[in-house]
Amino acid sequence: MTEAAPLVLGIETSCDETGVGVVRGTRLLANVIASSMEQHARYGGVVPEVAARAHLEALTPTLTTALDEAGVTLDELDAIAVTSGPGLSGALMVGVGAAKALAVATGKPLYAVNHLVGHVGADVLSTGDDGGAEVEYPTIALLVSGGHTSLLLVRDLISDVELLGETIDDAAGEAFDKVARLLGLPYPGGPQIDAAAASGDPTAIRFPRGLSLPKDMAEHRYDFSFSGLKTAVARWVEQRQDAGEPVPVADVAASFREAVADVLVTKAIAACNDLGVPRLLLGGGVVANARVRALAEQRADAAGIALRIPPLSLCTDNGAMIAALGAQLVAGGRPPSGLGFAADSTLPVTDIQA
Amino acid sequence: MLLAIDTSIGTSVAVVDRDRGVLAERATSDTRSHAEVIGAYIDECLGEAQVAASALSAVAIGMGPGPFTGLRVGIAAANAFAFGIGRPVVRVVSHDAVAFAELRAGRRDPVLVVSDARRREVYWSTYAAPDSEGLPKRVQGPALTRPDGLEDAVTRLDEYRRVDASEVSAGALGMLAETMHPHGREFAASEPLYLRSPDVTLAKAPKRVTG
Ligand SMILES: [Zn+2]
Repeated sequence: MTEAAPLVLGIETSCDETGVGVVRGTRLLANVIASSMEQHARYGGVVPEVAARAHLEALTPTLTTALDEAGVTLDELDAIAVTSGPGLSGALMVGVGAAKALAVATGKPLYAVNHLVGHVGADVLSTGDDGGAEVEYPTIALLVSGGHTSLLLVRDLISDVELLGETIDDAAGEAFDKVARLLGLPYPGGPQIDAAAASGDPTAIRFPRGLSLPKDMAEHRYDFSFSGLKTAVARWVEQRQDAGEPVPVADVAASFREAVADVLVTKAIAACNDLGVPRLLLGGGVVANARVRALAEQRADAAGIALRIPPLSLCTDNGAMIAALGAQLVAGGRPPSGLGFAADSTLPVTDIQA
Repeated sequence: MLLAIDTSIGTSVAVVDRDRGVLAERATSDTRSHAEVIGAYIDECLGEAQVAASALSAVAIGMGPGPFTGLRVGIAAANAFAFGIGRPVVRVVSHDAVAFAELRAGRRDPVLVVSDARRREVYWSTYAAPDSEGLPKRVQGPALTRPDGLEDAVTRLDEYRRVDASEVSAGALGMLAETMHPHGREFAASEPLYLRSPDVTLAKAPKRVTG
């Protein structure tokens, strides 16, 4: 890594994690996250207003810690990057307002970047001194979390990202939360379902795979739907309860998890095959799910597709991925975004930089 | 010299100096563009005032009362700017700045400051005649009520002249902070004055999907 690589601070506040990261080019220097997840637990899901209040409180301490950990001062930065969308609008506005003010205070150029493309950008980061493996494009990217479920074709990180498909109802992470509640498991549902599923039989119950029937595949080849699956699980559990029979939590969790993992991986691999792209990148918090990872590895391997999964701390929402994308934009000679951009809760993935 | 910001209603930004007054001010009463305009307003004010960010001694911020989303943008910006220049934030109750603007305009009678809290509610505060330093003296509030609830909430309502604030001037807020400081007046606490809990409902047991 040369000294000329841009030193960039990234700010991420699109959902319930306040993330500040510092990178030098493709080298990760700091990745600090303050999460408000615990405050949402008793509501069974992220409450936007609670998340936004928490961002305001956490932002300055998180900035301080990130700069300390990176061992750099604001003065030394070459640029500041911030998530301007998509995400929860009140939450995004905290980061956008703060980043603009910080940019003016320090005289640093400001880059407003797309959160989803940021997830892809995380992949360029290496945590060691020797630089990571070169990322090759094009790649298919499957980004799955409590807030989004998107399948992207990335031809070039800073200039050419296409949305192939996304969820038409719930995000996959939300489905985990809702099914966990059905089974009496606490929030967040992902790790709970994962743990419960470990001793269950994934083939015990055949739950539906959303948008996988031939007629759906014609129109929604790369789109996802989890609301029907959630209802199917609820119906199955209710029938058991109505019959006065015990609910086999482990089997339900394992079968549900299998249905989600299957549909996610099937569609991602199909995109690789259809488009002749032998590379697949996973991102987002659902990557923490053991079965999703295992199934992706197994099927990618069988199909001769190179699978990349960044470390979990770079897969969940974080500021380092935003800094990484910012650094790529700086290195690519892109002009800064200026100060007039808005927080855009529905920013399309084709808008890599605002 | 201070950078002053208030986003409790619209967005207002100013650069003020205790001796020279308001050097530059930018404002809009639009209640939906806080995050969009705040950066440019700060930049333009510094430019017009010909003041380098590093020459400021602090950032004054209006802590509300104000609706959640907009209020927070100004506070986030003030905190970040202060962090960026390594100077403190001084916090002011936004209604105090409205009362102070009345005093600066030569109107020294007791006032009831009222601002829109949306959802058919208002924020309100009352102020007695100014103290010996010419600073507003808050008697009650800031508080939240339905518009027809003022009569019950405000003690001796008829003794106050009502001022409906459609904006809070960052220039007035900054000058108030400049005046409070040498007189050792207490600034507002770090908690934003939302005066309202977040809209949330506790998770209920899942609804049945079969009949
Ligand atoms: Zn995300």
